Amino acid sequence: MASKSATFAPLSPVTDFWRIASLWIRASMAYPASFWMLAVSSFLMTGLDFAGIWIIFNSVDELGGFSLPEIGFLYGATGLGIAFADLLVGRVERLGQMIRMGRLDTMMTKPVPLLVQVCADEFALRRLARVLQSGAVFAWASAYVDWTPARAATAVVMVVCGSIIFFGLFISLACIQFWTADSSEAANAFTYGGNTLTQYPMTVFPSEVVKALTFLLPIAFVNWYPALYILGRDDPFGLPSALQHAAPVAAALTTVVTVVVWRTGVRHYRSTGS
Amino acid sequence: MRGALGLYLAIARSSFRRYSTYVGATLAGIFTNSVFGIIMCFVYMAVWEANPDAGGYDVTDAVTFVWLGQALLMTVAIWGGGTPDDLAARIKSGDVAIDFYRPVGLLGWYLAGDLGRALYHLLTRGVAPTVIGALLFDLRYPASPWTWLWFFAAIPIAVTVSFSLRMLASISAFWLLDDTGPRNLMGFIAMFFCGLTVPLVLFPGALRDIAMALPWAGFIQIPADIWLGQRSGWAVAGGLALMVGWAVVLLAVCVATLRLAERRVVVQGG
Repeated sequence: MASKSATFAPLSPVTDFWRIASLWIRASMAYPASFWMLAVSSFLMTGLDFAGIWIIFNSVDELGGFSLPEIGFLYGATGLGIAFADLLVGRVERLGQMIRMGRLDTMMTKPVPLLVQVCADEFALRRLARVLQSGAVFAWASAYVDWTPARAATAVVMVVCGSIIFFGLFISLACIQFWTADSSEAANAFTYGGNTLTQYPMTVFPSEVVKALTFLLPIAFVNWYPALYILGRDDPFGLPSALQHAAPVAAALTTVVTVVVWRTGVRHYRSTGS
Repeated sequence: MRGALGLYLAIARSSFRRYSTYVGATLAGIFTNSVFGIIMCFVYMAVWEANPDAGGYDVTDAVTFVWLGQALLMTVAIWGGGTPDDLAARIKSGDVAIDFYRPVGLLGWYLAGDLGRALYHLLTRGVAPTVIGALLFDLRYPASPWTWLWFFAAIPIAVTVSFSLRMLASISAFWLLDDTGPRNLMGFIAMFFCGLTVPLVLFPGALRDIAMALPWAGFIQIPADIWLGQRSGWAVAGGLALMVGWAVVLLAVCVATLRLAERRVVVQGG
């Protein structure tokens, strides 16, 4: 039995995640043609998205008072945030399916944290293409920014906090499926909807929307407030400039809410019963 | 002849009913379509405020275009989905062998099923977001009953073109086994060239002309232009003819590739 105790050595969740993820990477490489087509299509998806904005700028000089490089900066920042989160959460949006198939029960019997297993399930390396694409737009737009050390630090904090906020949104919205497995698509309105919305300057939207995305759902912190500081702009809605440095607070609050929601969901969970 | 028609109608009806069982999913989808519609309306309102006749549209045309796009998104299955996904799963599992020896053509079977699905999605995820859009924004409606007729005539043709493309992606599973790659690639190309990312009328110069002639133009742009009165008279006929042309060509390609694929199927055991 001595040899067996080595298998149960306390592994950190990160190693666990990576172990499961590398299995899935090997599995996806079994169909190389499909893998590369998926990688290219992920790159294209976000790429064509930005091509759309570029096309709009053939007809206008500025949108909501912002230039194309400035919108590229917003686009790249929110894109990096959701891309990192998407890479880590995997197919958490299919939680309902895992419950139906009884896979969640199997996971609960294994000595790895449940959330790590759910997130690492069907890990897809091709999602990295999205990080690369958003990174490319971000790098291009960054060339137009008047950088200072404080602004550079804010940019790093912005991307990290943006990833955490989107990660929290993905997880907590997926938890709705502990109660109703059928309506997973509604979560897209907040996650991908939030991503689409933050690709444009908030000046395009009514101020009520902006306030809701500041105080109710912290989506405006993934790029808008830090970007206002980095781009050296005054808040067009006259909101306090302290908000421009409040992204870590928003990320921390999101994390707390996510932990509570996830724990409540798991505690509520009763197996499908069959 | 009447028997065959009755059979396909029965398939379509069952497919309609199959999709109508997922009420929760439908409501969630309507909510998501509406949120995206609202976001894009504000963006387009800012665009047309900066340039009031961009692409020959006015702001009402642009906002109406958004909601027509959201209504057709699921109906035409622009992202993918519908019965071709079932086929891909059956190719992977080998069940497709049964489809081949049915006394009904495989293509007709799946097309009828997809048209049934499209009708369900049009009545739910097409109509409901449009009603929400109409309540929140100022939309443009066709004045002449003929326009309504042409618009609704265009939809089944658009579904057929989309079906053939999705079918080709699924048929690739006979060779690749995993069809997610071609399917996603097809979805993203469709999203861009159908006008959902940006209306095709805003595309610059030659790109616009090319995009307008591709099969995806029939998904949203041509039906929307009929609805908005941007296409009238012979331009309506031209648009519909382009769509019918693509439907015929792509269905023929489906038939040819299916014939090739049939020879690849190996039935295990026996």
